[in-house]
Formats: sequence, C-alpha cells, structure tokens
Amino acid sequence: MSETILSVRNVSKHFGGVQALNKVSFDIHPGEVVALAGDNGAGKSTVIKAISGVFRYDEGDIELDGRRIAFSSPQEARENGIETIYQDLALADNLSIGANIFLGREPMTRLFGFLPVIDRKMMAEAARVTMEKLDFHVSRLDAPVSAFSGGQRQAVAIGRAMYWNARLVIMDEPTAALGVPEQRKVISLIQSLKAQGKGIIFISHNLRDIFEVADRIVVFRRGENAGERIPGETTGDEIVRLMVGK
Amino acid sequence: MTAPETVVPTGKSGIYMPRRSLLMRIADMRAWLFLVVLIAFFEVWSRSAYGVSFILNTYNLQSISVFATAPLLLALGQTFVIISAGIDLSLGFVMGLASVIAAHVANYAALQLGLPPLAAMLVGMLTGIAMTIIPGLVNGWLIAHLKVPPFIGTLGMYGVARGAAYLFAGGMTISVSNSWYSTIGNGRVLGIPVLVILVAIACLIMHYLLSQTRFGQHTYAMGASQAAARRAGINVKKLTMKIYLLSGIMAGVAGVLYTGRFSAGAAQAGEPLLLDSIAAVVIGGASLFGGSGTILGTVAGALVIAVIQYGLVFINVEPFWQFIAVGTVIIISVLVDQTQRRFTGGRQVE
Ligand SMILES: Nc1ncnc2c1ncn2[C@@H]1O[C@H](COP(=O)(O)OP(=O)(O)OP(=O)(O)O)[C@@H](O)[C@H]1O
Ligand SMILES: [Mg+2]
Repeated sequence: MSETILSVRNVSKHFGGVQALNKVSFDIHPGEVVALAGDNGAGKSTVIKAISGVFRYDEGDIELDGRRIAFSSPQEARENGIETIYQDLALADNLSIGANIFLGREPMTRLFGFLPVIDRKMMAEAARVTMEKLDFHVSRLDAPVSAFSGGQRQAVAIGRAMYWNARLVIMDEPTAALGVPEQRKVISLIQSLKAQGKGIIFISHNLRDIFEVADRIVVFRRGENAGERIPGETTGDEIVRLMVGK
Repeated sequence: MTAPETVVPTGKSGIYMPRRSLLMRIADMRAWLFLVVLIAFFEVWSRSAYGVSFILNTYNLQSISVFATAPLLLALGQTFVIISAGIDLSLGFVMGLASVIAAHVANYAALQLGLPPLAAMLVGMLTGIAMTIIPGLVNGWLIAHLKVPPFIGTLGMYGVARGAAYLFAGGMTISVSNSWYSTIGNGRVLGIPVLVILVAIACLIMHYLLSQTRFGQHTYAMGASQAAARRAGINVKKLTMKIYLLSGIMAGVAGVLYTGRFSAGAAQAGEPLLLDSIAAVVIGGASLFGGSGTILGTVAGALVIAVIQYGLVFINVEPFWQFIAVGTVIIISVLVDQTQRRFTGGRQVE
C-alpha cells in the first residue's frame, strides 16, 4: 500500500454526556476517495470537524503525513493543506470566481509602482485555469457567482481547494442540496480531484453516489467503526446492515 | 446495490453566462441617469422661466457641490457600513460632536494657549476627528463582540452622541473666529471651493479603499455572507470594528469642516444629514441587505440629492417639495434594484 496522507487512530470525542466518537480509525491514501457512511448522528460530521480544526478531539491521534495534528482552527488546517467543502458552500455570492478562490488571501500588486492594489488580473487568470482543469469553461470571469447554478458553485468551492493545492479535501454531503444532473457533475469533479492524487473524504447519505465514487467505504454506527468495505466486494444491503447494526 | 447506471458527464460543460444586457447596465448606472434627468429638468425650467442656464452657471455649480459635501462625507463611511450589511444611525450626532469639539478646542488653543490661527485650527480639527474614534469603536464593539444588531447599537450611540454634543456645547452654538477655519470652509482655489477639493480627495481615498484593497474586498464578502467570510479566514470582528471606526471618522471630518464653513460648532450640525447619507448610498445603487454598492454610485446619489434641494430653491417652489422629490427618487431607486435582482437571479444562501 502506498504512503498514507491522513491516518485517524482511535479518536474519541464527547460532548457532555454524549460520546459522539468512540475510538474510530481509518486511513486515506493519495488518489483515494474514502466514503464515510452511517445513520444520522453516527459521528461522520464530528470526525471531519476534529480533522479540520473546528474543535479538538479528546483522545487518540490524527496524523497528517506521519505528523500528529490537532488544529485549533479551520484556518490552520487549511494552511496545512486540508480544505473542507461545506454543504452550504461558503461562497461570497456577490464576488467573482477568482475573488472567491482567493478570499482572505488576495494577491496584491502595485499600481504606478507604489500603490498596493488587489491583483484582479491574476485572480481572473488563476480562476480560468483552475476552472478549466475542472472542465468548466467560464465565459465571464468577472460575473458574481450568484449567477451560477448549485453544481457550478460547488465547482467553484472545489476549484478553491484545488488552487490552494490541498492534499486532503473533505466534503460533507456536497450533493445534498443539488438536483440530479448537478449531483452527477459533482461526482465527476470528485473524480478529477482523485486523478490529481488528492485524498478525499466524502460524506453522503446517497448509496449510489458512494458506490460510484468511493474506493473504500468506512461505516460508522453510534460513534464507532462498524466496518470497512471495498465497493466491488459488497452490496448496498450489506452497507445498510452495517449502518443499522443488524 | 450494483454499479450506477448513469454515465458521468464529461467533455465541455460551459458555464452559461448571458452578457449583461444594455438595460441592466443602465440600471447599474441609475444614479447618474437620475442626475442627468434632474439637471435637464431644472435646465428646461430655468431657461423657460428665467431665460438663464441652470447648470452652465459657476455660482450654481459651486453652491450645489458645496451643498453636497457634508452629506457626501457621511455617505462615504455609510457606504462601507451598508455594504457590510449594517447601518450607522449615529453619524449625524457624531458629526455634531466633532464640530462642537473642533470649535471649543480651537478657541481654547487660540485664547488660552496663544497658538497662532493655523495651529489652533489644526489642533481643533485633529481633536474633533480623534474624538470620533470612541463612538466608532464602541459601535463596532457592540455589533461585532456583543452581537447587538447594527440598527439598535448605533441608535443607542445616536442618543449618547446627541447628549454629549449638546452638553459639550452647553446648549449653544460655539462661534469661532479663526481666519484659517474660514479659508478651509469658504475659500477657493482656482475658483473651486476648498471644501469641494478636500471632499473629492476623500472620495478618491474611499474609492481606493473599497475597490482596490483587501479591506474593501472583505467588506463586500462579509456583506454577502458572514459565514463565508469567516470560513475563508477573515477576522470578521476586527473587520466590523474597522468599518464602524471608518464611518465615525468620516463623520468627524464632516463635523470639523462644518465648523470651518459656518465658523461655528453646532451639536445639531449633522442632524438632518443622517437620512440624506443613507439616501445617497441607496440611490447610488447599494442594497440595504449588504454586499453591493460603490463610491461612484454614492457620489452620484449625493449629487442627486443636492441638485434636488438646490434646484427647487432655485426655481422658487416651496422648499418642502424637496422631501417629496428625494423620497420619490429613493423609492424608484429601490424598485429598480429589486427588479434588477429578480432578473439577475440574486441567489441567497439559505
Ligand atoms: N457541537 C455538539 N454539541 C453536542 N453534541 C453534538 C455536537 N455535534 C454533534 N453532537 C452529537 O454527536 C453525535 C454525532 O453527530 P454528527 O453530527 O457527527 O453525526 P452525523 O453522522 O454527521 O449525522 P448526520 O448524518 O445527521 O449529519 C450526535 O449524537 C450529535 O447529537
Ligand atoms: Mg453530518
């Protein structure tokens, strides 16, 4: 087996009396899509929040490239190559694709050699190149992203992760708010991220999406590992059985 | 479950982006359009009633532009606040407070400390402007850290600044006799009022800040979605503090320039200007929901209001018509904005 990007080892987390995670473990390798499956409240979102620095975990180890990590903010996780794409997108609707890709990290240049200004040309060019890699050909780079459909906006969020050269891309239900054609598009975007050798954690309630895109399915039940399967060697029925524990 | 039957779409999938129609572009520039229509209206009226030009008249041009300076200064800061999805109701009395302090301190510096007029004026102006840091920071702190809605937080500050301004003024108008103050307030350079030059410089700086810097870019982002801004690593609290600080300082600048123009500090200096400042921003194309607006638009909005106010006096109709005219322009402007939003599909993140 190739090198490991991320390794989650016996991680536990509790909120007050609720044991949200109890010694869960799984690994992610380059170019691999790991789907997290589980019923509502199984702990899927909790584990990715522990990885991406939304909160700290109580016990166990999370290692990125063999180094133990415990980020205290999503910003810190992002600086270390972990990009999280939220279901509700987190784009600024009134800004262009480029401005969204660079939001909070805008490149600067100098006007007349002394006046610092945002380098919009560079942002637009980077947006064009990035979106082309995702097979989106944008005709107007200065248009606000509000003009785009849900799937296209999801592509902008994924483009942002790509541009910043994330090693690990985490997606929590990226297709939940989308229509069927748009879901297909996001699935193909995930495949192009995978082709670039990134590690991907993909959370979905849609078994068809999971079977289509995942290299491995990690099943959680009530905060614990309930099993791990390869899509070609299992069935949807078995995954559902693991999820509900029968 | 078996492999899914749907084929993953590959190949070209262009993002369909209609070019903005001519109509949309005109809607974007509506404040300038209003301005042209208004000027044409007064021009026709003036020529037919008095046989003179309204706009090709140096005195009129000077008066209108000087008229526009104070509301425009308030509107510049208000533009940032409104783009960030906030509102600053305290500006009028923050301006009054700065005006009173600028007058008092200049008098004190000249009479008690014996400073020459220029130094006395500078000390007065700087103190007046520096004072506005307090209401600006308190507004920002209430909104950013204590999560007070901007409308309520700045309404509270409106009361506090109002009381403080009247207390400092002792309920009176503080007159100043300082030649430099009147030069700044009423002087001309090559026929252009000094006030207008100063405010034009302020407009350029604010345009630069809003359109070319990270501070401006983040203000737009925050106005569209605080969550998006926060997740992108922007310190939204600090940004909010900066925005209200800027708006307070611009009110301070307006206040000290008022003191120059009228050789007096007055607590009520900015009282009628607050609504004009909001109107200028809205007529200029900003949305009160945040996320849109420009300095160029705000300048046009302030000029629209000034032309209406001055023009109605010029053609000798009852001055009360100005309220009706400005109110109508605001309503038309908001209606155009909403129609435009519907057509361009301004998607809201739920
Ligand atoms: N911030 C929190 N405070 C308290 N309890 C929490 C918190 N976040 C999650 N939990 C609890 O932890 C458990 C796991 O929740 P989590 O959100 O990880 O589930 P999930 O697998 O993502 O579910 P879903 O499929 O519904 O999104 C649940 O019992 C939930 O109520
Ligand atoms: Mg969840």
